[in-house]
Amino acid sequence: MTDAPPLEIHDLTVAYHKKPVLWGIDLVVPRGKLVGIVGPNGAGKSSLIKAAMGLLPLSSGWVKVFGEPVAKNFRRVGYVPQRESVDWDFPVSVMDVVLMGRYGRLGLLRRPGKADRDIARECLEKVKMLPYASRQISNLSGGQQQRVFLARALAQESDLYFMDEPFAGVDAATETAIIALLHELKDKGKTLMVVHHDLPTARNYFDMLLLLNMRVVAFGPTEQVFNYETLQQTYGGRLTILSEVAEAVRAKG
Amino acid sequence: MNHSATISVRTNRTAVRRLSPLSSLLSPLPSPLLPLSSTFSPLSRPLYLLSSLFYLLLGAPSAHAARIGDISETKLWEQALRFFTFQDPAVRYALAGSMLLGVTCGLLGSFIVVRKMALVGDALSHAVLPGVALGFLWNMSKDPVAIFIGATVAGLLGTAVVSLIKQTTRLKEDTALGLVLASFFAVGICLVTMIQRLPTGNKSGIDKFLFGQAAAISEGDVRLMAVVTVLAIATIVLGYKEFLVTSFDAVFARAVGFPVQVIHYTLMLLLAFAVVIALQAVGVVLVSAMLITPAAAAYLLTDRMSRMLWLAALFGMVAGAVGAFLSFLGNNLPTGPFMVLGATAVFGLAFLFGPRHGVVAKWWRQRSVTQRTQRENTLKAVYHVLEGREFKGEGVSLRELAERRRETVEEAAREADSLRHHAQATLAEDGNLIVLTPDGWQRACAIVRNHRLWELYLTHEAQIAADHVHEDAEKIEHVLGEETVRELERRLKYATRDPHGRAIPGLADLRRGAGTEHRDPVVGYGRGS
Ligand SMILES: Nc1ncnc2c1ncn2[C@@H]1O[C@H](COP(=O)(O)OP(=O)(O)OP(=O)(O)O)[C@@H](O)[C@H]1O
Ligand SMILES: [Mg+2]
Repeated sequence: MTDAPPLEIHDLTVAYHKKPVLWGIDLVVPRGKLVGIVGPNGAGKSSLIKAAMGLLPLSSGWVKVFGEPVAKNFRRVGYVPQRESVDWDFPVSVMDVVLMGRYGRLGLLRRPGKADRDIARECLEKVKMLPYASRQISNLSGGQQQRVFLARALAQESDLYFMDEPFAGVDAATETAIIALLHELKDKGKTLMVVHHDLPTARNYFDMLLLLNMRVVAFGPTEQVFNYETLQQTYGGRLTILSEVAEAVRAKG
Repeated sequence: MNHSATISVRTNRTAVRRLSPLSSLLSPLPSPLLPLSSTFSPLSRPLYLLSSLFYLLLGAPSAHAARIGDISETKLWEQALRFFTFQDPAVRYALAGSMLLGVTCGLLGSFIVVRKMALVGDALSHAVLPGVALGFLWNMSKDPVAIFIGATVAGLLGTAVVSLIKQTTRLKEDTALGLVLASFFAVGICLVTMIQRLPTGNKSGIDKFLFGQAAAISEGDVRLMAVVTVLAIATIVLGYKEFLVTSFDAVFARAVGFPVQVIHYTLMLLLAFAVVIALQAVGVVLVSAMLITPAAAAYLLTDRMSRMLWLAALFGMVAGAVGAFLSFLGNNLPTGPFMVLGATAVFGLAFLFGPRHGVVAKWWRQRSVTQRTQRENTLKAVYHVLEGREFKGEGVSLRELAERRRETVEEAAREADSLRHHAQATLAEDGNLIVLTPDGWQRACAIVRNHRLWELYLTHEAQIAADHVHEDAEKIEHVLGEETVRELERRLKYATRDPHGRAIPGLADLRRGAGTEHRDPVVGYGRGS
């Protein structure tokens, strides 16, 4: 049981309206790793995450989380969606949102209690958002909203985390703080899969990289995977990105 | 109980109303007045309209006594008292039913509003009409249960058709909703017209379902409404967290293992129930407004879901009661429009006077910011005058201020008065000399400091030419917070001179009132001390 990898994906195909967006994905993610998922827009990064969590119908293949279908193990999976996926004018406070992280453990029809509130408060403290606990979520900056989502995921107390672009719209200082938090989680034996858009920093942030463009272009330890050939395969002939890549490779020395 | 009274009142009413629903739509004016209108010249028509509106709402006193049970009081407040204390058996069910439906519609409407499903509510409420007609045809009477079942089934069928169109075609949801709304409603109108042509049809009261008639609510209706209301409240209390998370972030809710589809359909079912119990009093045409309007008003007033639910239920209840009352006062007019107008009035109040997002509050905040900015500019000018004579002498005369600000002495006097009003200055020598209080002095220093610091920052750090920075600083000086100021000072290494070579007042000047040794302490504390 403890030996089962946090995430195992076999021959996964995902399609929207019969048009495949992910193709024959095979993946075994080892425990205690910080994995970056990189690829161009529309590469299927968000779709991969959603499929792995059982939120999309699979055309073929299977997904196992800690050796079980994800439906049985959803309590061990935490999720940070893309920030644009919700309406930030919704009438809830920061605290309400973070408490939602506890809902999975509470199950249906049970209300969050004092213990849940304490945990939610701790999680807010970890992302330095405790002073904002009673604010309505629309009165926050983009970076603060992102941190609220992160706190909600922390409140899930999961072992495997999926994070969809947690650094989007976040300033440099917050990004550093978040990455430190992610490393802290990793050191506690959690596994984190993080969609990231910035190639130069991706090299420094992650233990492992998953280069994705409809299929797995490469997956492995960052220093093995991060090279000109694989990146070119991932991003194709897109000029701006290629120059960015060239810069990143040059920086590597 | 007083069944006989209720019945007699009701038959009275049906006798009064012989208009078919559609002709009453075309002529909303009281029928006795209608023929007159053609004899009036176009000029006096607005006047006529106005007077007949008054007639509708407050007038027609002679008919009152007969209408509201056996009421003999004719004063408005006496009628209101009697109406709202449930004393009168004839109106008891109407009032109770209207309030119950208001609560249920308000609660479910809140979820509709935050889920951006207002159109769904509209489509659903129109789609129930064929069900109402079929429920009536079931045993040719206004049996609440048969109509309830028929309407609910039709409503759910309507939403199912919407989903089907969405899934199997490229059409988007709004189009699908529009399609279903119109077609179901058309079928419903056909059926209703058919029923009215039947020998027993025109006494059936089926036409009340179009625009609503609270008076037609029976004891059985009220029971059903109470059951539905209790059900709705219980479901929302029990499943509050489920409804909340699926409304806010459905994908996340599924990720934590919630049966999002089941929760969604529960909500839709309750919504259908709410619409159906409201039909009798509000009518098919307007029932979606009772879902949306109270909830929208509540949404403007709070930013917590739980409080929004409370408020929406309250507003719905008030709108229901007011609508029923006005309908009774007037010539037994359809209740639906009055309820909706009541709800709209609440919305209007929330829109105008909401403490945070209301128009008036926004205007007021804007105004006080403008006034504060003006005062601060006066303070700054006083500081400049004092600085010009190296802080010697007591206070600043109105003439000096006027010269400095390039304005008339009268204007300067008004500004000085505003400072005095806010305890930032005292006036001496018959109001001709402005002497800053410690408060005013501090604020003046702070504003000048902000201005000069910002200029310095722009020239140093942002490399903007010294003659380009003044305008920007004029705005920024009023909004810089203490924290930002500390940060600026640190970055500028506690510089004491601005780009134009003038001294930047420091923290010490603020604290001590009159600042460094060569500055005259009298300036700060004036004659008052
Ligand atoms: N709900 C949907 N219906 C139809 N097609 C979709 C849907 N969601 C995504 N797609 C398509 O699937 C492909 C992959 O989308 P996905 O959102 O997974 O990409 P991504 O890598 O996350 O992109 P981004 O970097 O822009 O977030 C895209 O071509 C997109 O158009
Ligand atoms: Mg994405």
